[in-house]
Amino acid sequence: MILPWLILIPFIGGLICWRAERFGEAPTRLVALLSMSLVLGLSIWLWFTGDFQLAPAPGADQAWALEFRSSWIPRLGISFHLAMDGLSLLMIMLTGLLGILSVLCSWGEIQMRIGFFHLNLMWILGGVIGVFLAMDLFLFFFFWEMMLVPMFFLIALWGHSSSDGKKTRIYAATKFFIYTQASGLIMLVAILALVFANYHNTGVFTFDYSSLLKAKLAPELEYVLMLGFFIAFAVKLPIVPLHSWLPDAHAQAPTAGSVDLAGILLKTAAYGLLRFALPLFPNASAEFAPIAMTLGLIGIFYGAILSFAQTDIKRLVAYSSVSHMGFILIGIYAGSQLALQGVVIQMLAHGLSAAALFILCGQLYERLHTRDMREMGGIWARMPYLPALSLFFAAASLGLPGTGNFIGEFLILLGTFQAAPWITAIATSGLVFASVYSLIMIHRAYFGPPRAEHALAGPDARELTMVLGLAVLIIILGVYPQPVLDTTAASMHGVQQWLGAALSQLVMAR
Amino acid sequence: MEFTSQHFNALLPLLITSSTAILVMLAIAWKRSHTITFFLSVAGLNLALLSLIPAMQAAPLSVTSLIHVDSFAGFYMALTLVATLACVTLAHAYMEGFPGNREELYLLMLLSAAGGLVLVSTQHLAGLFIGLELLSVPVYGMVAYAFFNKHTLEAGIKYMVLSAVGSAFLLFGMALLYADSASLTFAGIGASLASATAQNTLAHLGIGMMLIGLAFKLSLVPFHLWTPDVYQGAPAPVTAFLVSASKVAVFAVLLRLYQMSPATAGGWLADLLSVLAVASILVGNLLALTQSNLKRLLGYSSIAHFGYLLVALIASKGMATEAIGVYLTTYIVSSLGAFGVITLMSTPYHGRDADALFEYRGLFWRRPYLTAVLTLMMLSLAGIPLTAGFIGKFYIITVGVQAQLWWLLGTLVLGSAIAVFYYLRVIVTLFMQEHTSLTHDAQHDWGQRAGGIMLLAIAGITFLLGVYPQPLLQLLQGTGLGN
Repeated sequence: MILPWLILIPFIGGLICWRAERFGEAPTRLVALLSMSLVLGLSIWLWFTGDFQLAPAPGADQAWALEFRSSWIPRLGISFHLAMDGLSLLMIMLTGLLGILSVLCSWGEIQMRIGFFHLNLMWILGGVIGVFLAMDLFLFFFFWEMMLVPMFFLIALWGHSSSDGKKTRIYAATKFFIYTQASGLIMLVAILALVFANYHNTGVFTFDYSSLLKAKLAPELEYVLMLGFFIAFAVKLPIVPLHSWLPDAHAQAPTAGSVDLAGILLKTAAYGLLRFALPLFPNASAEFAPIAMTLGLIGIFYGAILSFAQTDIKRLVAYSSVSHMGFILIGIYAGSQLALQGVVIQMLAHGLSAAALFILCGQLYERLHTRDMREMGGIWARMPYLPALSLFFAAASLGLPGTGNFIGEFLILLGTFQAAPWITAIATSGLVFASVYSLIMIHRAYFGPPRAEHALAGPDARELTMVLGLAVLIIILGVYPQPVLDTTAASMHGVQQWLGAALSQLVMAR
Repeated sequence: MEFTSQHFNALLPLLITSSTAILVMLAIAWKRSHTITFFLSVAGLNLALLSLIPAMQAAPLSVTSLIHVDSFAGFYMALTLVATLACVTLAHAYMEGFPGNREELYLLMLLSAAGGLVLVSTQHLAGLFIGLELLSVPVYGMVAYAFFNKHTLEAGIKYMVLSAVGSAFLLFGMALLYADSASLTFAGIGASLASATAQNTLAHLGIGMMLIGLAFKLSLVPFHLWTPDVYQGAPAPVTAFLVSASKVAVFAVLLRLYQMSPATAGGWLADLLSVLAVASILVGNLLALTQSNLKRLLGYSSIAHFGYLLVALIASKGMATEAIGVYLTTYIVSSLGAFGVITLMSTPYHGRDADALFEYRGLFWRRPYLTAVLTLMMLSLAGIPLTAGFIGKFYIITVGVQAQLWWLLGTLVLGSAIAVFYYLRVIVTLFMQEHTSLTHDAQHDWGQRAGGIMLLAIAGITFLLGVYPQPLLQLLQGTGLGN
C-alpha cells in the first residue's frame, strides 16, 4: 500500500495547500514542505528496508522490490499496477528532494496566489512519481500527460517574460505543452499498436508491462513502435532537433518550475527509455543505437555551443542541460552495464547540479531583477557566498573530479568506449566545451568590472542551506557513489541483458 | 400488426416525452408560469428517463416497421434525454431575466427531444426523416428565440434556410435510393446493395446525397458554414442543445444507417468519409485558432470533434460502436459543461451573451469554482488525462489503431496538437490578471441554483469518467445494434 501513497501524498497535499491559502502564507508552504518531506522520508525508509536485488530482467518472471496492483478498467485490460525497483526508488528520492527544494526556493519568489501555485507544484511532483512507478502502459501514459497541465500553469502564470519582451511566458508554456502533448499522442498510438500486436499473438488484451515484454513483434513493426516511443522521450529529454521548447520553458519558468523541469521532468524521459523503449523493443533499439548515439553526440556539441552564445543566464543553463542529456543518450544506447550505471549517476548528479544552478540563478534574479549577463559583472566583489557557490556548481557541471557529474560522465565514456570508440572519443572532447561554457558563465556574471557599486544582500539561511545541502550531496555522490550503484545494479543489469543480447545478435547477423 | 403491452413499454420514453410536450402546451395556455413549465418539463424528462428501464426489458423489439428499440437505441435515448434535461436546467437559469415569453422554449426543446428519440431508434428512412424534421424544426424557433437581438435573428434564419437545404438533399437521396432498392428499411437497402453485383450509380448518388444532408446537420466540412454564426447567435442553452442532444441523435442514426446498410457498398463510401473526416479535423481546428469568441471557438471545435468521431465510424468494426458511444458521452458532458458556464455568465439577461473571450479574463480570481469547471471542460475537450475527454480520445485512437487507419490517426494527432493551442488560450485567459470593467458576471449564488448545481454535477461526472470509466464502458459493452 505504500506505493499508491507515494503518489497520493503530493496530490492530497496540493489540494490542502490550495485551501490552506486562506489561513495565510506560512501554513500553505509548510503543508507543501511537509508532504514532500513525507515522500522523501518514505523513499529513504524504503531504501533502507527494501531488497533491490529484485528487478525486471529478460526471461525471468518479473520480480519487484515492491508491487501494488488493483483492478481499474478491466474492459481494456488496464490495471492500476505500480511497482518499484532500484531505479524507480532513486528517481523518487530525487523527486522528493527536489520537491522540497522547489518549495523552499519559491518561499520568497512567489508571493501571488501561493495556494494555487503549490497545488500545481505538488501535482507535477505527484505526476512524476506516478510516471516512475507505473507498470501499466496506460497508467504510464496517463501520468505522463497529466503532469503537463500543472507545469503549463506554473510557467504561464508565475513565469517571467523575456527581457526584450518578445517571448512571453504564455508563449513558452504553450510551446512546451504542444511539443510534449503531440509527441505523447504519437507514443499513445505506438502503445496501442503494441497492445494490439500482442493481442493478435496471444489473444489477451492487456496494457501490463510484464506481459507486453513477452510480445513477439515483426522486426519492421518493432522498429516503428520503438520510434513512436523514442520520439516522445526525445522531446522530453530533449534530443537536438526536438529541443526548442526547452530553453524557452526554462528561461520563462519561475525558479521552482525550472528546478522541477531540469531536475526531474527531463529524467522521466531517460527513465522511459531505460524502462520502456529498450526492454520492450530490444532488437529495434540495438539497430537504432548508432543513430541514437549520433543524435546524442550532436546534442552534446549543439547544446554546448549554444550555451556558450547565450546572454540570458537561465538559457545558458538550459542549453547546458541539452548537452548533458547527450551524454545520457549515448550511455543508454551503449549497451554495457558500466555505461548504464554511469547514466544513473549522471541523471542524479545532473538533477542536483542543474537544480542548484537554477536556484542560484533565481536568487540572483531576485536581487538584480535581470537574467541578462550583460547587465551583471563584478558581482563577486559585491555579494558574499553566492558567487563562490556558483563557481562550485559550474565546476560540478563541467565534470570536475570529486563531484557526482564526474563519476557519471566517466562511467558513461568508459562503458561506451568498447562499443563505440569513435563516438566516445568525440564525446570526450565535448567535456572541453562544457568547461568553456561553464567558466564563461562565471566570468561574465561574476567577474569583470562591476556595474554598480552598492553591495547586494548575501543569501539568507534558507537560501544558503538549500544550496550547501546540494553541494554536499554532489560531493558525496562524487566520492562514494557505491551505495547508489548497488541500488540500481540489478535494474541496470536487466536493461543491459536486453540490449546487450540484441546488440550481439546484430553483430552476429552482420 | 398485434400491438401488445410490450410494444407499449418499448415506446414508453417517446410517449412520455410527447405527452409532456402536450401537457406543457396546455399548462402554458392555462397559466403562464416559468416555474411550473420548468418543473413539468423536468418531471416529464425524468419520467421518460425512468421509463427506459421497462423499455429496455422489452428490447430488442420492433414497433411497427419504423422503429426498432434495442439497447443501442436505449443508450442514445438516455443520452439525448439527459442532454435535454441539462439544457432545460440551463435554460431555466438563463431565462430568469428574459424580457419576452419564457415558457415556449421548454415546449420547443421537448418537441425536439422527442424527434431525437425517434431518430436514434429508427430503422426506416421514413422514420429517419420524421425524426430529423421533428428534431430540427423546433430548433429554428429556439435559435431565434431572442428575436429582438440582431445576431440571433440572423442565426435563426440562416439555420432554417440551410437546414431546409440539407433536408432537401436528404429527401432527394432517399428517393434515389428507394428507386434503386425498392425498400425503405435500412436492412432492406443494405440487402439490395449487397446483392447488386454491378456498380449502381443511382444508389451511390442517393447515398452521397443523404450523406450531404446528414453532414449538414453534423456540420462536417465542407457543410459547416452555418455552424459558427448559429452557435454565436443562438442563446447559450440552445447552443448547448444544438451541440449535444441534436448532434448525438443525428450521429446515432448515421451510425445505424452505416452499420446496417451501406457499409457493404464498398470502399468508396469509406474514402468519402475519410475526406470529410480529414477536412473537418483540419479546418475545424485551424479556424478555431483565430477565434476570439468563445461560442464560435467551441463551434469550430465541435466540427473537429465530429471529424474525430468519423474516424471511428469509418473503422466500423471491433470496438467502433463502443468507442463512438464513449466519445459522444464524453463530448456531450464536456460541451454541456462549457456552454453551461457561458450560460451562467450570461445571466441575468443583458442583450448579448457573455461569449467574448476577453470577458473571461481573470475569472479565476473572482469565481474560482466556476473557472475550475470551465478549465476542466477545456482540458476534457483537449483530451488531457483525469478528464472524460481523455478516455474518449483514447478510445477513438484505439479503434483507429485496431482498424489500421494510419493516415486518419496522423491527422487526429496533428489536429489534437493544434487544438491544444486554442483550448490553452482559453484557459490562460481565465487565469490572467483581473480585468477592471465588467459587463458580464455570474450571479453570486450561482452554485446554489439549479443551473449551478447541475454544472457542478457535470464537472464531477467529467472528472469521475476520466478517473474511473469502467461503469460506462461496461454499460456500452452490453449495448449493440439489434440487441
